Amino acid sequence: MTIDWIAFTPWSALAGGALIGLAAAMLILLNGRIAGISGILAGLLVPRAGDVRWRVAFLLGLVIAPLLYETWRPLPPIRVDATYGVLAVAGLLVGVGTRYAAGCTSGHGVCGLSRLSPRSLAATLVFMAAGFLTVFMWRGLLAV
Amino acid sequence: MALLTSLIAGLVFGLGLLVSGMANPAKVLGFLDLAGQWDPSLGLVMTGAIAVGSVAFAVAARRTRTLLGIETKLPSARRIDLPLIGGSVLFGIGWGLAGFCPGPALVALGMGLPKALVFVVAMLAGMLVFEFRERRTSAGASLPVELSTEDA
Repeated sequence: MTIDWIAFTPWSALAGGALIGLAAAMLILLNGRIAGISGILAGLLVPRAGDVRWRVAFLLGLVIAPLLYETWRPLPPIRVDATYGVLAVAGLLVGVGTRYAAGCTSGHGVCGLSRLSPRSLAATLVFMAAGFLTVFMWRGLLAV
Repeated sequence: MALLTSLIAGLVFGLGLLVSGMANPAKVLGFLDLAGQWDPSLGLVMTGAIAVGSVAFAVAARRTRTLLGIETKLPSARRIDLPLIGGSVLFGIGWGLAGFCPGPALVALGMGLPKALVFVVAMLAGMLVFEFRERRTSAGASLPVELSTEDA
């Protein structure tokens, strides 16, 4: 392992992370809900009365965040190397996987670990390990 | 009021992803690429988020109602079972292939990226696969408690 000191952005990572924590704090302390993006989104696929609008409001905020960010400074570059085909497969896996696991990086990784949930710790360790292994094997395969 | 706070929470979450650089799949993959040039940033994003979040959840655990008078819904699932582990494996593979997880994909969608749109549509399809499979299963056998929980 070699640390990429040029790409490493410790301060903006910590600051952005604190904002994510603040958002999770707001949602649990005001709306009484876990800020788990996959769960909030999936809840709209099987809508239940009285449980729709807060989800739409949260997701709307997430989607329009770039517009607000842009009024302050130029948007950061977004680089997606994956092809459309790979993105479709990856999206399917993320969709199915996060539902069986009942959470993703936000629900388990941020909120679950903040709650000291052993279940979320297990999920986070597993999806991190799967992510590390996938990148290792995928980049090895593409390099051949 | 609850709608406004939910909207603001979503906005702040999205801004956090942008500020931290996590809306960019290339940067996320830089973290997941342990064997290559490793970018530890994502680890610090989690650290910052958990530092703030743990205070909030410690407070929330002791309250049945929020400051807005809404019932606090904390996950009740405890079991570490096959759906949790298997689902996390699938999620991790998809995450490693694209560099997108659900939050950043929605932020990138807001930036008008066609690739984010493809990912999000596929992700929704994947979520529907789960709904159909599990609803059909639950008609016969009983559904594990964990699967019926909201999130996390």
